[in-house]
Amino acid sequence: MAQAVSQNDHGHHDHGHHDPQELKMLGFWIFLITDVVLFGTLFATYVVLHNNTAGGPSAHEVFEMPGVIAETFILLTSSFTSGLAVLAMNKGNVKQLIAWLIVTFILGAAFIGLEVQEFVHLVHEGFNFGTSAFSTSFFTLVGTHGLHVSMGLGWMILLIIQLSRRGINDVTRGKVNVISLYWHFLDAVWIFLLSVVYLMGVM
Amino acid sequence: MLENIKEFASEFFVTGDPLIYGADVSIALVTIAIVAGLTYFKKWKWLWRNWLTTVDHKKIGIMYILAAIIMMFRGGVDALMMRTQLAIPNFEFLHPEHYNQVFTTHGVVMILFMAMPFMFGLFNVVVPLQIGARDVAFPFLNSLSFWLFFLGAMLFNLSFVIGGSPDAGWLSYPPLSELQFNPGPGQNFYIWGIQISGIGSLATGINFLVTIIKMRAPGMTMMKMPMFTWSVFATCVIIIFAFPILTVTLALLFLDRFGGGHFFTLDGGGNPMMYINLIWMWGHPEVYIVILPAFGIFSEIVSVFSRKKLFGYTSMVFAMMIIAFVSFFTWAHHFFTMGSGADVNAFFAISTMLIAIPTGVKIFNWLFTMYRGRIRFDLPMLWTVAFIPAFIVGGMTGVLLAVAPADFQYHNSYFLIAHFHQVLIGGVVFGYFAGMYYWWPKMFGFKLNETLGRWSFWFWNIGFYVCFMPQYLLGLMGMTRRVSTFDWDTGWGPLNVVSTVGAYLMGIAFVFQAIQIAYSFKYREKDTTGDIWDAHTLEWTIPSPAPEYNFAITPVVDSRDPLWVEKQRRAAGKLPKKDAKPKYEPIHMPSNSGIPIVFSTFFFIAGFGFTFHWVWMAVLGLAGVLACMVVRSMNDDEGFYIPAEEVEKTEASLRGTL
Repeated sequence: MAQAVSQNDHGHHDHGHHDPQELKMLGFWIFLITDVVLFGTLFATYVVLHNNTAGGPSAHEVFEMPGVIAETFILLTSSFTSGLAVLAMNKGNVKQLIAWLIVTFILGAAFIGLEVQEFVHLVHEGFNFGTSAFSTSFFTLVGTHGLHVSMGLGWMILLIIQLSRRGINDVTRGKVNVISLYWHFLDAVWIFLLSVVYLMGVM
Repeated sequence: MLENIKEFASEFFVTGDPLIYGADVSIALVTIAIVAGLTYFKKWKWLWRNWLTTVDHKKIGIMYILAAIIMMFRGGVDALMMRTQLAIPNFEFLHPEHYNQVFTTHGVVMILFMAMPFMFGLFNVVVPLQIGARDVAFPFLNSLSFWLFFLGAMLFNLSFVIGGSPDAGWLSYPPLSELQFNPGPGQNFYIWGIQISGIGSLATGINFLVTIIKMRAPGMTMMKMPMFTWSVFATCVIIIFAFPILTVTLALLFLDRFGGGHFFTLDGGGNPMMYINLIWMWGHPEVYIVILPAFGIFSEIVSVFSRKKLFGYTSMVFAMMIIAFVSFFTWAHHFFTMGSGADVNAFFAISTMLIAIPTGVKIFNWLFTMYRGRIRFDLPMLWTVAFIPAFIVGGMTGVLLAVAPADFQYHNSYFLIAHFHQVLIGGVVFGYFAGMYYWWPKMFGFKLNETLGRWSFWFWNIGFYVCFMPQYLLGLMGMTRRVSTFDWDTGWGPLNVVSTVGAYLMGIAFVFQAIQIAYSFKYREKDTTGDIWDAHTLEWTIPSPAPEYNFAITPVVDSRDPLWVEKQRRAAGKLPKKDAKPKYEPIHMPSNSGIPIVFSTFFFIAGFGFTFHWVWMAVLGLAGVLACMVVRSMNDDEGFYIPAEEVEKTEASLRGTL
């Protein structure tokens, strides 16, 4: 009957067998394409609806740039640190890898904290989800990005636990590569958010 | 207390309609019978181990197809109810509100819960076998896709007896589908049922794309892939670009209804047209998603049953990829009448007509494949031959509809209804039936009964034309879609009677198919060759049904029709009569998993909670979903190996050389 496979003979390739990490990487790239379409649709909705303020506040009345600039720098830095994490992994240094992931996590959490603070502030100003088509599409677009970042944070915790338990092997290496790709992607989406929503909003 | 429960129940359950009470009773009886049967025959463990937790693509494919056939029954009953209501002027069989629900669920069920799973079922059964792979790229994700589809479909169907069905049309245009005009839970069932199964469809698209790109047998270059695999590739490309739009659109409608947003509302600056654009940016590619695999199926069948290679392979591939690309630039032809202006309409009219060119190329390729072939008219070929005239008429009327100025005449009339049923039944359903008959022996190891199949075939075909040809005329006479009744003086009576007769003929055809399947199971003759149709591609080189590991030895391919070429070489004496004894190696297999069904059940619970605005339940469901993701992420099960001796024994017994 079937025999169990031990953890360490994962790396060896039998005849006609496909490298699962390679498959996962391609699958994740394709997933990112679908995520691009998802954000693209939300951007399109925002662009169509952003002038429909229905008597409520408009973009340059509500956006406060200092907080947004701070969020931007924090997220960009976290993208850099996630890159350093991958470099540490490639050197085989698991402690450094975990340390950089923790730094990335803290920066990501700070970003989310600032974003939540911004949202709370906006709601207190009387600019909430149901104010107008503009506010609805704004909160949905920015909130979806925030939700993605939050999912990434949860995932990072799981990954840190797995790395501290199992160290660097084929499986965890694949996972770190994937999450770093995801993190850079969210960074790129944020650049578009900053330009289309905030900068063009206050212009 | 009792009063409270009574009041809750009268709102929670759909009450007051004898048809629905009948359905309640039959659903309850069937459920009890299934549970009792499984318990009596002690089959629970078997069901869980072999089916509910399986990650085997062949079994998942069979479950998809089974679900699709059940959904076809449900959608078909909806269709017959509508045709009954329309048979006679001023008939009072269904109330107008009930009629609205029936046409809504008919459309959703047939496209999303019949055509899509039928298609995914055939993907699953065929693609890995056709490209010489052991499984799909992500077997766990594949199982998850199935269960998301299945529980999404169940959530949608639940609306029939609990809460009330959606009634804003199969694409649920706002503002009618907004909270203001549609406060009941029916519309929420629509959103969540489709959302949950749509996530599964998206995952399937990713899964098969990776499978086809990365897991082909050595030597099988892209331009040596079987045509069905090419069609799956094209379809998956469309899926990954189109389905995220559906996910977003439904989410936005949900946020409007649940969170008080203003995306598509009439007040607050919302724009209902935005929804209609978005939903058709998914919806139009969606119809190509379901038709392209049918094209692939016809291509396989037409060459096998004409005993020739496929004519114009390269042009077929290009035609398919061009259709996939252009399908994203035609969406506005669904609303020429909404005043986008002449320039926009002209663009979309021309892009729509362009699609006819690659489609025409394909039709000619199939005809030239048949030309001077020695054609066998087995069931798969019969459906293929019936498809061609049906699709030509449907395609031509499609081009008529694409003429933007003329469309103002027949927009939303029965002319349109006749057109899209002609391409969806004549193209998609005929195609999937052809595929089902063709690959049935590969799934189960025996052929479906030919005689009953022919009865069903003729009833389907005659019923199809009797039902839909009159509808073209009705459309030109001014009958619009979604009217629940009409007056004697419209003059639409006679043609409507004829159309209804046609619908019932198709109903009889479906009964013949059900009998055919049951009869064929009972009197099955085991196919011992594995190549029952004298076919061309890799899936027929292995025993029927395929062993769980598919290929004991990974095949090496050097042509487009590897099996066909091998048989010719063998006949010409260029290959030894019997192969040397192969050297088997241990085969790595993925482990079964219960997570997909649990994950999807939690998603179902979340959807149900959102449907009734029970936030606690929605939160519970989503927490369960997240917990499943955590468990999966921490899980380090990497499957198991089937030892070489066991592979050898299985092969020997399946190939009858023990």
